[in-house]
Amino acid sequence: MSIEETVPDGGTITGDEASADTPFGTVSSGTMSRRDRYKMLANEWVIAPFKILWDDWRARVGTLIILAYVLMGTVGVRLVDPPRVGEGDRLVSPFEDMSHPLGTDNMGNDIFAQIVHATPPMLEMIVAGAVFTTVMAVVVGTLSGYKGGWTDQLLMTFNDILMTIPGLPLVIVIAVILEPRSPWLVGVIITVNAWAGLARAIRSQVLTLREESYVEASRLMGISTPQIVMKDIMPGLMPYILVNFVNSARSVIFASVGLYFLGILPFTELNWGVMMNLSYETGGALYTWETAHWLLAPMVTIVILSFGLILFSQGTDRVFNPRVRARHTSAADPEEGDEDMSGEVATHIRG
Amino acid sequence: MINNYYIERTAQAVFTVFAVVTMTFGMIRLMPGGPVSYIRSQLVQQQGNQVDMEQVNALVEVYTNVAPDEPLYIQYIDYMAALLQGDLGVSMFYNDPVTEILASAAPWTVFVMSISLVLTFGLGITLGAVMAYIEGSRFDVSTTLVSIFLNSIPYYVMAIILVYVLGYQFNWFPTGGRISSDVATGMNLAFLQSAFYHAALPIASLVITGFGIQALAMRGNSIRVLGEDYIRVARLRGLPPHDIALRYVGRNAILPMYTGMMIAIGFMFGGSVILEEIFAYPGIGYYMFRGIMARDYPLMMGAFLIITIAVVVGIYVADLTYGKLDPRAGSGGGNREAY
Repeated sequence: MSIEETVPDGGTITGDEASADTPFGTVSSGTMSRRDRYKMLANEWVIAPFKILWDDWRARVGTLIILAYVLMGTVGVRLVDPPRVGEGDRLVSPFEDMSHPLGTDNMGNDIFAQIVHATPPMLEMIVAGAVFTTVMAVVVGTLSGYKGGWTDQLLMTFNDILMTIPGLPLVIVIAVILEPRSPWLVGVIITVNAWAGLARAIRSQVLTLREESYVEASRLMGISTPQIVMKDIMPGLMPYILVNFVNSARSVIFASVGLYFLGILPFTELNWGVMMNLSYETGGALYTWETAHWLLAPMVTIVILSFGLILFSQGTDRVFNPRVRARHTSAADPEEGDEDMSGEVATHIRG
Repeated sequence: MINNYYIERTAQAVFTVFAVVTMTFGMIRLMPGGPVSYIRSQLVQQQGNQVDMEQVNALVEVYTNVAPDEPLYIQYIDYMAALLQGDLGVSMFYNDPVTEILASAAPWTVFVMSISLVLTFGLGITLGAVMAYIEGSRFDVSTTLVSIFLNSIPYYVMAIILVYVLGYQFNWFPTGGRISSDVATGMNLAFLQSAFYHAALPIASLVITGFGIQALAMRGNSIRVLGEDYIRVARLRGLPPHDIALRYVGRNAILPMYTGMMIAIGFMFGGSVILEEIFAYPGIGYYMFRGIMARDYPLMMGAFLIITIAVVVGIYVADLTYGKLDPRAGSGGGNREAY
């Protein structure tokens, strides 16, 4: 490190400035650039947690499942031909004919191909909904929590109203009136008020964080509010936001498949919910065992994906929750008694 | 100032209803291709071209309580006034007053949802507490896994499976309706039996898919509380274990569950649209779905309003009991960060 030198707090000082005549040798002379900051954040919040994450079997299984669906939606659609009417016999049972591993529906469409080709719009919906939820919640939550006063009162009144309105009926009413076709738009409509609960939760996290001494220090140093929020508050919120990102992904799946199943959203593309609707409405899947696979295949697909998402969020929750984590690390140590342990954890956390 | 808390909550509940009603009005009136123009085109279609516009407007007003030829603010006042008198317009599909249809449906939805809510939380809280006490045991690990798995099943998928297997294939449970046709309405045993029998599958699909996440939340809360200093102190003071379990751990672990409860109220009542359709159970959600399918806007918006009001009331009640349980919420500082 001849020219650039990393100082303990993560900032960099160039050779010139390092020898500058500050009385405190290790104080960085400038603020970090945003890029450095995010590089450090990536290290702190992505790479390091990922290693811990991999130790937790739930997070590991969850990650693998999510990855499998992402692959299905990106690579899978290239490998599997799109379903065509009459490509196989009608209502072939699953696992009989290997050219139709999951059987066919009443029009001879391959069910496996339908499931694969329904994945990309689903992923788009999930991403749109989860991003919208997260961004809205973070903006409203941090603004309200950090600003306080009238801003807080106004935002939270509005927020509480949104939170009280039951999501599904509201989404249905909007969907009936707007008839959205783009998966991105569907994702946003489905989460139209889903962010309110998260915004409340983030606000209370911010209220706790803003009392931390390092935030107070920044405030005393006259650093602007947006900068404090970005640099001091956000990193503390990141784990919480990640867990909730995954949770909102799951609710987008539940709601969108439900709406497609009811036939409220227009059937523009293949969707697992549309498959369920068709097998239920036209296939008469309820009255006979013969069409059961047509109904079951999309249902199993949904359940596995949301199982993966929940496992992932449970695993990450454990990784980020210092109390649970500390308790579990010490729980692995058989030498300590239960009574001592709880006390130790408490001090450990405070320290 | 304990009273402040209640006044604030009441005002908030009333204001929420007011805001939702205003929003509904906006949707009915202002959305392009919304109900008013739809009804107008329907009427024009039915009666041919020589239809009198004034007559059409009058009919639109009968159905939606919105008079399209008046200025907007008068429309709004009329709409509000009609609502305050309990008039939600007339259903175009059933040709009955919406209020009448929904008033007969509402008790059934409330019946199914409140039982589901109580069972979900009763089961979740009990199981979660037990899991936390024997944390790390085989029971805990397997229950956690089962909870996660059940929670990853959407309630309507569970509903379809139940109605498919237990309803259509084995004929163990009814596949539709509120009560058997041969049972007289009234508070007798046969009526109650029939009502529970018909509500069993809808309730089961909500409870089976819902209790897991509550159990996990309760488990997490209890584990956290068990690690607190005051529990240690209580143990050192030699308090009997069941006292600690109920008064110290139980109470503090249940309080954060209220957030989940409020979300669950909205989730369950909202979910009635899908659930009641699958079980052909004529509650509010069922009629809302009928309204959507028939583009019957008065019925659809009326059902939306009633569901919302039910949720607002549910949350309001939960809020008030929360204030009773948690002294911090009722006393001055009522900022309620636990939300």
